[in-house]
Amino acid sequence: MDEHSHNHADGQAAPSDPALRVKALESLLVDKGIVDPAAIDAFIEAYEHRIGPRNGARVVARAWVDPDFKRWLMDDATAAIASLGYTGRQGEHMVAVENAAGVHNMVVCTLCSCYPWTVLGLPPVWYKSAPYRSRAVIDPRGVLAEFGVELPDATEIRVWDSTSEMRYLVIPERPAGSEEMSEEDLADLVSRDAMIGTALATLPAAKEPAP
Amino acid sequence: MTTLNPPDAEPAARAHMAGLLPDRDGPVFAEPWQAEAFALAVALHQQGHFTWNEWSATLAAEIRAAAARGDADDGSTYYHHWLAALERLVTDKALLTPDGLQARKAAWADAYARTPHGKPVTLPVAPDK
Repeated sequence: MDEHSHNHADGQAAPSDPALRVKALESLLVDKGIVDPAAIDAFIEAYEHRIGPRNGARVVARAWVDPDFKRWLMDDATAAIASLGYTGRQGEHMVAVENAAGVHNMVVCTLCSCYPWTVLGLPPVWYKSAPYRSRAVIDPRGVLAEFGVELPDATEIRVWDSTSEMRYLVIPERPAGSEEMSEEDLADLVSRDAMIGTALATLPAAKEPAP
Repeated sequence: MTTLNPPDAEPAARAHMAGLLPDRDGPVFAEPWQAEAFALAVALHQQGHFTWNEWSATLAAEIRAAAARGDADDGSTYYHHWLAALERLVTDKALLTPDGLQARKAAWADAYARTPHGKPVTLPVAPDK
């Protein structure tokens, strides 16, 4: 980590106010034996390095190639996702919502920022912002346009408002031209935003599908 | 040690929409304390100190209260609200007291001021075990 020196006569620059408050919380909770510092470190490590949108992308790719898994996912997403090793920590229920011709799904949390952490990692800043939280519901088409997603006028847009108990995962449409791709390669086509519903799954522009 | 993800250049559209720097796929902690606050809340929940419903309601209330005070609510202050919700819940649940938190925060600030550069910052003794 980058250590800055600021020519203080003695002592070190105090961290920011929130950093000091977190240190106060953590050290008191550790002193009282309420939290285990090793568990906190392990948890941070997991969220930074192992849990992220790649998990969700594997779920989507599996659903694209395996019709039985897809049925299970649509029927009981919590269990189907857990079968791949991604289990929730908040006891929330997962619901998979599928894009199809004429139907596009997008996810928001209007109240705070409920988000399917186990499959997508941590939410992007814009997901937590007031403009997205309010406008996704009022004007989803306008929001999608700002993300560069233009849908036919006839396409129905369904907006799902997450709660502390229900988290949604958008299953984007499998792009045309991806028929020959392996499950692993398919997962590369699925971005975080595609699983929130603010993007589509697309073939990489630079890489043409096999002729 | 916490790794930080610098913002990168992504389509301007979403930056424009949120009025914010965009971020790429992946974890989004701007500073280490955010990751620590995040992990503390989840750990306390997992140990049954509060339900996730209580957590969401407290966080939503903090976000609303901050917006009423004029917070931009653009996502950039999200972990400040998270931290405020965490302080509220641990004191509401009598795990810690507001005075205890205040005193410990002062003790840390003190420890930083007293510790020479390059030395790890530690509290002298746990004052209120």
